[in-house]
Amino acid sequence: MLEIISLTLFVSGVALIIATIIGVPLGAVLALRRVMFKKIITLILYTGMGLPPVVVGLAVYIFLSREGALGWLGWLFTPSAMITAQVIIALPIVIGLTTSAVENVNPELRLQIRSLGATPNQVMWTILSEARSGVVAAIVAAFGGIISEVGAVMLVGGNIEGSTRVLTTAIVLETRKGDFGLALALGGVLLTLTLVTNFFLLRLNKR
Amino acid sequence: MTTLFHLSHIRHNYNGRFVLDIDDLAIQRGELFAIVGPSGAGKSTLLRLLNFLESPSAGIIRYKDQATPPLDLTRQITTVFQHPILLHRSVHENVEYGLRLRDQRNDKQVDEIIARVGLAAFAASAADSLSGGERQRIALARALVLNPEVLLLDEPTANLDPHNVSLIESIIREENEQRGTTILLVTHNVFQAKRLAQRVGLMLNGKLIEVGATKDFFENPKDERTRKFVDGEMIY
Repeated sequence: MLEIISLTLFVSGVALIIATIIGVPLGAVLALRRVMFKKIITLILYTGMGLPPVVVGLAVYIFLSREGALGWLGWLFTPSAMITAQVIIALPIVIGLTTSAVENVNPELRLQIRSLGATPNQVMWTILSEARSGVVAAIVAAFGGIISEVGAVMLVGGNIEGSTRVLTTAIVLETRKGDFGLALALGGVLLTLTLVTNFFLLRLNKR
Repeated sequence: MTTLFHLSHIRHNYNGRFVLDIDDLAIQRGELFAIVGPSGAGKSTLLRLLNFLESPSAGIIRYKDQATPPLDLTRQITTVFQHPILLHRSVHENVEYGLRLRDQRNDKQVDEIIARVGLAAFAASAADSLSGGERQRIALARALVLNPEVLLLDEPTANLDPHNVSLIESIIREENEQRGTTILLVTHNVFQAKRLAQRVGLMLNGKLIEVGATKDFFENPKDERTRKFVDGEMIY
């Protein structure tokens, strides 16, 4: 059980960190800078926010399979493949909601902090800091999306005991075996993990 | 006197709508120059151009003889806006903000400025929780803490009570007279311009109608529109 919990936290934690590092600055840039095809990018992002995880899993599976473009990596049925799939699921959520949070900060503030001597990068970080509740909400939403998804990790991870089994795939397995008690207990653990993680994420907002 | 700003053939449009048209204007180091005029005359646009927050559609603005001054020069100029937007942080952090941008944190200097604008008791309070007058004083403090060479003031006392107006005006006067800060004050209040400025200009529909020494501007205006404006006959 501990192994499953720690792998769940590892896979979703690393995926969330990668999605946050890439997604938050990209979301800010999309909101603050003049970007070509912004409307099309936003449409793609919003579509990506509703991307079915199983479709992401299928795409990652095809890319990572032996005949796939990235087959040489040898990641299929490893935690790396699961992390890749979860990053793809989380990224549009982090970028899209960060963009929206940053766009909600009064645009006049940008002008005013520039008049205080802020460089374009300083403007971006200040606005992100002002939009932090929305940015934290983006990260929380992305975490909720990836820790609870089963389709992608099942496809690209394979639910291999001791290697790629996480809480959601374990729940599916125990349900199929008819061990509803264990499945429910695993569900309780998943909920508790999500609750505790969100508690710490939301504390960031108060700083 | 040294010329700090020189504007030549400035034209500025927003979405094809003309907002500013100034052929020639020089602003001297150390002067307190007021621009008066009705709302929508282009006064705030002029300040944004002087702060290099926007580039004019046509023409050149030189600051210290440079048409595209580098960051260290533009950082000598700062604006206090009519509707200041403060950060969702404490008063102290708001005032300290510009210094942090420059990696020059100085708690003592920040505390002194906060005391100077009469907000020492609120230094640790959330800036969001303060009144309009207090927020305007924070905006002034966050500009003054930077020891700017040029202070651009956009209606800094509009809609404030007499106590706040008097306090802010005394700080403006002190800053100009004792520190030699060049101040460009935009106001629709002719009396304020008369009280504070050494030179006054009237702006109407994006054009500078008349610029002169305060005494001449108010007592012997050359343009009929200036006379009407200072006499309160111009309806706007």
